[in-house]
Amino acid sequence: MQYINAFVVGGIICALSQILIDKTKLTPARILTAYVVLGVILTAIGIYKPLVDFAGAGATVPLLGFGYTLAEGVKTAVAESGLLGAFTGGAKAAAGGISAAVFFGLLTALLFRPADKS
Amino acid sequence: MDVTPQEYEQMVREQSKPSPLLRDMVWAFAVGGAICTLGQAILDFWKKTGLNEKDAASATSITLIGLAALLTGLHLYEKIAKHAGAGTLVPITGFSNSVASPALEFKSEGLILGTAAKMFTIAGPVLVYGIGASIVYGVILVFLGV
Repeated sequence: MQYINAFVVGGIICALSQILIDKTKLTPARILTAYVVLGVILTAIGIYKPLVDFAGAGATVPLLGFGYTLAEGVKTAVAESGLLGAFTGGAKAAAGGISAAVFFGLLTALLFRPADKS
Repeated sequence: MDVTPQEYEQMVREQSKPSPLLRDMVWAFAVGGAICTLGQAILDFWKKTGLNEKDAASATSITLIGLAALLTGLHLYEKIAKHAGAGTLVPITGFSNSVASPALEFKSEGLILGTAAKMFTIAGPVLVYGIGASIVYGVILVFLGV
């Protein structure tokens, strides 16, 4: 059942990350950055795609999945247009997410009030 | 107070008990798993509307990012994050929060150097190294002739 796989795999990825947070001095910025790069590497060596096939959103929703999207995009684009694809494929595949984060971030800033500093 | 260094060390150790790792992990597992399950439901919804696999995945990311930005604006995301830790940080909703939160909180420094510049505090490094790594991968693929 896809929903159970998504819950368990996504949960395990987050629980393991919690160990990193509690046991190391890694800041959120470092963890997120490391995860995207790790996602690219795991996809490149062929480990992440099977996990996505098994867990669906359990593997694509964690930020490792952002790396997966970048790497898969590059792979497809390189097959189509060679070296040019190495530069266009990643951002093209991740365009929706990047643009949404920027746009909704801006919208949030315009529509809401900052937290009280009390 | 008369305490030996040993006694004092003992007292300090008891005062600063290690954070209850297991409890944090259970929270991270439950909330992170729930966000991924929600993602799966949104993915299935977009597939049902007729989007292909890739477009449905993009639409899912956009939906989750929009929801997380909204919760950030309402100051609810940080409340969940206080307990959930990695459970709210690691999913793409955490990425959205990392953009929307400084965008909102630094509004007082202006819409250009506050909101627009500060929204990339965390997203910037993520994009720099994520895109960088993917290009290295692409160049390797070209040289391997795959």
